[in-house]
Amino acid sequence: MRSRRDRLIAVLVILPSLMLLGIFVYGFIGQTLYVSTTDWGSGANAALALNPETHSVGLGNYRELFTGFLDIRFRQDMVNMLFFTLLFVVASLLLGLLLATLIDQRIKGEALFRTIFLFPMSLSFIVTGTIWRWLLQPSGGVNALPALIGLPAGRFLWLSDRSQTLAFNYQKLPYYLVVGAMVVLAAGAIFYLARRRYRTAGFLAIPAAVLLAWVAAGGTASYNVLAYPEPHGLNFALLGIVLAATWQMSGYTMALYLAGLRTIPDELREAARVDGASRFQVYRHVELPLLMPVTWSAIIILGHISLKIFDLVFAMAGPDNAPTSVPAISMYLTTFRGNQFAKGASVAAILLIMVSLLIIPYMVTSLRPRSAK
Amino acid sequence: MRPKTSPDTISTGTAPRRATAAAASRRTDWTRLFVQALVVLLAIVYLIPLYMTVVTSLKAPAEINLLTAWKLPSHPYWEGYATAWRQFSPTLKNSFILAVVATLLSAVLGALNGYVLSKWEIPGAQLVLPFMIFGMFIPYQSVLIPLFQFMRGIGLYGGLTGLILVHVVYGLPITTLLFRNFYVAIPDELLGAASIDGAGFFKILRWVIFPLSGPPFVVVAIWQFTQIWNEFLFAVTLAQPGSQPITVALANLAGGEAVSWNLPMAGSILAALPTVLVYIFLGRYFIRGMLAGALKG
Repeated sequence: MRSRRDRLIAVLVILPSLMLLGIFVYGFIGQTLYVSTTDWGSGANAALALNPETHSVGLGNYRELFTGFLDIRFRQDMVNMLFFTLLFVVASLLLGLLLATLIDQRIKGEALFRTIFLFPMSLSFIVTGTIWRWLLQPSGGVNALPALIGLPAGRFLWLSDRSQTLAFNYQKLPYYLVVGAMVVLAAGAIFYLARRRYRTAGFLAIPAAVLLAWVAAGGTASYNVLAYPEPHGLNFALLGIVLAATWQMSGYTMALYLAGLRTIPDELREAARVDGASRFQVYRHVELPLLMPVTWSAIIILGHISLKIFDLVFAMAGPDNAPTSVPAISMYLTTFRGNQFAKGASVAAILLIMVSLLIIPYMVTSLRPRSAK
Repeated sequence: MRPKTSPDTISTGTAPRRATAAAASRRTDWTRLFVQALVVLLAIVYLIPLYMTVVTSLKAPAEINLLTAWKLPSHPYWEGYATAWRQFSPTLKNSFILAVVATLLSAVLGALNGYVLSKWEIPGAQLVLPFMIFGMFIPYQSVLIPLFQFMRGIGLYGGLTGLILVHVVYGLPITTLLFRNFYVAIPDELLGAASIDGAGFFKILRWVIFPLSGPPFVVVAIWQFTQIWNEFLFAVTLAQPGSQPITVALANLAGGEAVSWNLPMAGSILAALPTVLVYIFLGRYFIRGMLAGALKG
């Protein structure tokens, strides 16, 4: 029916795009990975030359980032990024679900409220950041709000506060990782034990017990990543960034949940009601479980946005504000301010790996049903 | 089980609502009232930053004071907008050229790719889509250093042309995906009839696909325009002062501590206006692009 000639034309039409993406995505990623194993920018050579002379240093840049004395800021940046991601994703999910649930209750002025909750999505992170930078000025804005109704004004230094909570000793990273693995294994064992799948539970319980014995015997102490203790924790200064990011993105979660709620067939709700379920029980036992896939999508999408967060921090606190810095910022600073291209490339590679861990499984599961057509 | 989302129903406002009259009447009036009040309260909270932005942008520099920040201006001071406009109009113009040209180019290429991927069997088709889509999720930091060198190598570093090229290339994944998802829904019989009449690749494109491409084009154009207008990382690393877009100019202004705040606030409103207007008037197309970005088209 369709001739071979036309099929060839089809290939020729899509080929330029594939080549562009092949170079600009995969080729450049490959080059970044290569650069990250060199000394570009740290030697005496001219860093800004078009073809700088570089030497291989293997994984030396990565080793410095994770264990080097000078790269302590990068490690706090990583911790910042993880705490930011956790707080921002949880806040956006809860708020988005609340908004979607409320809007789904046949309220008056539904379209108007939807528009209000979603409009921050159309702003750039730069505009959001600029506005919130002003709102979070220490002696004005949000801090002055309580004073409007006669309460004492807030004193929190939002973006420049230097205190931390949940501090842990980075030196003992292997210990934390092993304990984490142990908890996951033990939780799995209990999960299967409750379902009477004793063999599977045993397979998980045995390694958990071995790890426990090893940790109890002090086995992880000889694997300390540093020779000295190095505390890192949750910076309070991040809360302002979380606030602004949630303001901007919770409408997006609302839209995802709303789309999910509107596709649940009414017959399901009706059936539950006929069986005598209350309005709340329908919500709890019919609607919420059916929203789980939406929750997973939202976690992945928000999670990968927050791992990459750059513009918002840049505009709100500036790139030089250490308490709110994240790896995307330090990549920019080391590369384009410090001309340390190889180290910047290493930070970029670490970011790429973290984002890929989220995105690749998501793409595999999302695209499979369609490509089966 | 994966519920299929239908973006239209959440944005049109005329979505068919479930007709459970009995259920509604059982709910007491005060719960309804409580829900309504809560929504109004939350809406006010969401609008607070907007209020503060507008109020501050209309104050004279001398009147801007942290302690009276929440008060309305004694009289609107429009000079702030005039100054912001004078200061930002070159960068607004850069943003406009950049966003319009890059949007059009990436939309045209995306439409061609989407047509090929949805209607033509090409070798390795199963892998082509994931191969392309991965590019829209990567942190752009991971391509930035080679990109920077490449742009300098071909002499496009620092200018608008280079920035347009970058946005066209990295826009290809989402534009291709959006067009493909739309074209997949066009019944193959329509094409079959055309090809029996002897129409080839371009004739089908011209007479079958092109006339149906209005709605997806609007979705793609709105999405790309918003994304490119709002973009910052490429702008701050690949543009030089003469060709900087508005996001960079605004970040530079607000980052300097010595300014009075009416200027960044007026600038924020100028920078936000195009995308906010697009959202308010064409919101349902905007939402469709947004949900497709979550691979849920």
